[in-house]
Amino acid sequence: MLSCKESSQLISQSLDRALSIRERLALRLHLLMCDVCSRFVKQMNLLRLAIRRMTQQTEQDENLVLPPEAKKRIADKIDSQHDQSH
Amino acid sequence: MEPTTKSCHEWLTEHGDYLYRFALARLRDPHLAEDAVQETLLAAMQGGGYSGKSAPRTWLTGILKHKIIDLIRRQVREQPLEHEEDLPDEPGMDEFFADDNRHWSDKPQSWGAPESVLEQKQFLVILQQCIDRLPKKLANLFLLREVHESGNEEICKELKISSTNAWVMLYRARMGLRKCIELNWLGK
Repeated sequence: MLSCKESSQLISQSLDRALSIRERLALRLHLLMCDVCSRFVKQMNLLRLAIRRMTQQTEQDENLVLPPEAKKRIADKIDSQHDQSH
Repeated sequence: MEPTTKSCHEWLTEHGDYLYRFALARLRDPHLAEDAVQETLLAAMQGGGYSGKSAPRTWLTGILKHKIIDLIRRQVREQPLEHEEDLPDEPGMDEFFADDNRHWSDKPQSWGAPESVLEQKQFLVILQQCIDRLPKKLANLFLLREVHESGNEEICKELKISSTNAWVMLYRARMGLRKCIELNWLGK
């Protein structure tokens, strides 16, 4: 019988790798009996959705722009790199 | 088609903001994001690889993804976590559990229906704050993993870390985040 700690580790890993059949069965058995770990599963799934939503919002946020000074620094760098190679 | 300084400046003007946002979403640090954009454009200029087959933005974003991974790889190597933090059973993690690890010491609460949670601005604000409180390398690895299109194995190869090491770090990031969210969002 898995402890809640072992179960939480497997739940996290299941987001990053395919669990073995044995691990899957042990986890399923634990989740059948443990509401708390089942909630952890839901939290982790929600977390993944939320991160993707957050990333999308940042990517589409037109108010977020490369600051003018940064743009200038990069432009200067482009020119100096170009001079070096020619 | 050989990229010239001129096209490079055009890319900066036309796509600089987008590339910056893309990098910022993953690195959560304005200076690192600027570095990533700069390295992308320099690589684009030197590489001479733009074939015109894809839109410049798509092509530049592809380069940027690699630059972001390079930056995170450097972070992972240059800022090793303190020794005990690299271990799965380090003391801090045991606080999450009680009774010889058999049970949670702070039980995960119900966060509500995903769709309604995601609609709440406050949730996303707190999520960002909680991510920023994680050790930087954990945060960046976690974001890379959650957003990245490719699998965990590929990420590990690119970052030159072992899968086990990645699982431990991702576990730590997730456990830390959920605790932080519950403390600050559910206001336990």
